[in-house]
Amino acid sequence: MTRYLGRRAVELVIVFLGVTLIVFLMVFALPGDPIAALGGDRPLPANVIAELRGRYHLDEPVLQQYLRYLGGLFTGDLGTTFQGQSVADRMSSRWPVTITLALTAWGIEVVLGVLLGLFAGLRKGRFGDRLVLAGTILATSVPVFVVAVTAQLVLGVRLGWFPVAGTADGWPSGYLLPATVVAIFGLASVTRLMRGSVIDTLNSDFVRTLRAKGLRERRVVGVHVMRNSALPVMTYLAIDLGYLLGGTVVVEGVFNLPGVGQLLFQAIRTHEGPTVVGVSTALILIFLLTNLVVDLLSSVLDPRIRHE
Amino acid sequence: MSAPLLTVRDLTVTFRIDDGRAPDVDAVRGISWELHAGEVLAVVGESGSGKSVTSLAILGLLPGTARVTGSATLGGRELVGLTHRELSDVRGKRVAMIFQDPSNSLDPVFTIGAQLDEMLRRHLPDLDRQARRARSVELLTLVELPDPEQRLRFYPHQLSGGQAQRVMIAMALACDPEVLVADEPTTALDVTVQQEVLDVLRRLRERTHTAIVLITHDMGVVADLADRVVVMRDGAVVETAPVAQLFADPHADYTRTLLAAVPRISATPRPSDADTQVRPTLNIEELVVEYRDRRGRVVRAVDGVTLRIQPGEMVALVGESGSGKSTLGRCALGLAPLTSGTVEVVGTRLGKDTPRAIRAARTRIGVVFQNPAASLNPRYTIGQSVAEPLRVHAGLRGAALDARVAELLDSVELPAAWAERYPHELSGGQRQRVSIARAISLDPELLIADEPTSALDVSVQATVLDLFRDIQRRLRFACLFISHDLAVVDELADRVAVMHHGTLVEVGERSRVLSAPEDAYTRRLLAAAPVPDPAAQRARRAERAVAS
Repeated sequence: MTRYLGRRAVELVIVFLGVTLIVFLMVFALPGDPIAALGGDRPLPANVIAELRGRYHLDEPVLQQYLRYLGGLFTGDLGTTFQGQSVADRMSSRWPVTITLALTAWGIEVVLGVLLGLFAGLRKGRFGDRLVLAGTILATSVPVFVVAVTAQLVLGVRLGWFPVAGTADGWPSGYLLPATVVAIFGLASVTRLMRGSVIDTLNSDFVRTLRAKGLRERRVVGVHVMRNSALPVMTYLAIDLGYLLGGTVVVEGVFNLPGVGQLLFQAIRTHEGPTVVGVSTALILIFLLTNLVVDLLSSVLDPRIRHE
Repeated sequence: MSAPLLTVRDLTVTFRIDDGRAPDVDAVRGISWELHAGEVLAVVGESGSGKSVTSLAILGLLPGTARVTGSATLGGRELVGLTHRELSDVRGKRVAMIFQDPSNSLDPVFTIGAQLDEMLRRHLPDLDRQARRARSVELLTLVELPDPEQRLRFYPHQLSGGQAQRVMIAMALACDPEVLVADEPTTALDVTVQQEVLDVLRRLRERTHTAIVLITHDMGVVADLADRVVVMRDGAVVETAPVAQLFADPHADYTRTLLAAVPRISATPRPSDADTQVRPTLNIEELVVEYRDRRGRVVRAVDGVTLRIQPGEMVALVGESGSGKSTLGRCALGLAPLTSGTVEVVGTRLGKDTPRAIRAARTRIGVVFQNPAASLNPRYTIGQSVAEPLRVHAGLRGAALDARVAELLDSVELPAAWAERYPHELSGGQRQRVSIARAISLDPELLIADEPTSALDVSVQATVLDLFRDIQRRLRFACLFISHDLAVVDELADRVAVMHHGTLVEVGERSRVLSAPEDAYTRRLLAAAPVPDPAAQRARRAERAVAS
């Protein structure tokens, strides 16, 4: 187990370094000069530009800047924006919004996806199954943006069931609608995955054994089929949590939620390099850590992949 | 004789196909038999005979597309027509079952202790936690599993196939059932393990009063364990007789055919066709193959093996699972990494010659695998499958290609017109003929056959083996025939090589190895395979009891 954890830690560091470097280089490749943009319409004097470049170490080679940035990370410094604000401070007020949104969406995927998948798998080929399948196809084929705007218009503006925008109502009512919109795509995938998994499990030899043992169908399905079928779905859910945390940009925009996705979007538009790198770095860390946690969790649930 | 325990009367099972769009299939057509207390009743038949469907029908374990009519009474209670809920009180408590593939028959994510415990909790709710645990240990002791206390915490994947089947038997016996249905209980196991499991079942008869329905295709297993035999074919009972009478004086034609098709070890000498004067086709010297397992430990799969096969010679490689016999076959194809030693095949040194030369050499080698359903592309017609090597390596096209495919299909006794059919339209034996046709399409110098008949019924196996021998005589290729079945080996091979834990424990002329084995393991292997003769089998068992 210790060996496995050690190996995973090394992998984590390598992936982390690789991905942050790529983001760092990409931000540098963006067209436009952020320092020149600070002056607005009037060009800044050359000595001011030189002074600012020096302060943000923009005169150094890219790799050196990257190493300096990494050094800062280890002391908990995510960098400073060109306006002089700490990136960590700018993000800190926004994290709760994004995390609440992503976790609510994830919760919807887990609960509804697993239950719908189980329902459809148990009724393979019958009406209920076909209905669920048709629903998943519909859900994956409509773009998130369209779903978001339509839901906002119909459920928010016309019917008034949910707040139209903002987080003033707090959790859950303020988050339920945007979270559902975010969850739709993943929900369809989880449902299909779970359905297939349940069908495979029901066909396996050990389920026949369980029935031959005289166990009640409730126990066969509720305990044995559920746990075996959930294993492949777990891996998907882990990856999806990371995706949800970073992929809320559109929905945060439509529903005007002051989350990290919105911040990242604004930062890219205004060439705010330090913020882009800072937010990306934080998202990468969260993604890697959730994956590690889920891998460890699945080794608890599945003895065959226990890492000795 | 007392009243029967389980009576099956006019039982019929019909499967609805494709929601009624295709005609219904009658899997079982009005069969009748009875099982008496303390008796072992063998139900014998080939695949598709309906022998497994019968027992699943009695317990209501068939899918919803099956319709069961007729009657099955257990101690006066009618089972056919009961609801699933009512049946679940019978299942496991009064009638228990064990299945063919023990490793897949246990839930992989629960310990065997938990799986035993839930069974006891279901049917014996009066037992408390301690009592259930004590009973679990007692059951594992009954099936002779070592360290039963520790084993309760094991997961199924930590057990060998034989151990898993013992756990299945223990679980089946947990609530002292009146009837134990054993559906091919030893088919997936090695012969020496099969012998141990059969011994466990045999001793159970002495310790418990459980009657056993033994479903099997193996006449050796029948001879070893059964009191009476029901022979089934195409869903109907062909013959019912006491075991001694069935083997000594079978009445039905089909029973006679079935018994005649069972390969028996005679070990009579016959002339060899091998050409010993020339360079061997396959020359393996001091071969060692090692690989690392998941924990990084080095496992030696093949340990210092030296083996030569001459042109026209058929060498059988015999061993149990994990002995390294398939790895050795893969080495000859250049598909396994060589740790040390040399492999020279059709004039090419593996690991020494260029990859190009080795690829060229591979076209001189034909391969036939165990499972023909998995080794033929399901989206190719069998004509396309046979033609593929000819197109790729011989550059044949058009009419010449079609003619050669027809010729090849003809040589494996399949009609040339069948080239248009797909694998799923063929039976297992026919598919294996296609595999053989493909393997010999380039007129190979060496043919590697890895358990080519183990997935086939005995009567089919007999004809495929005949065909195989004829083709080998005619084309005179060297052949490495990998098998676990000594009787099959006896019918085909010139020489026999016995493999155990990665080493060759014995190599020699077939009749000598099979009649006067020098190595202890070879002797054990020969003794473990049950012979299809109740009297002889009884004598062998007595001999073994004295020896141990």
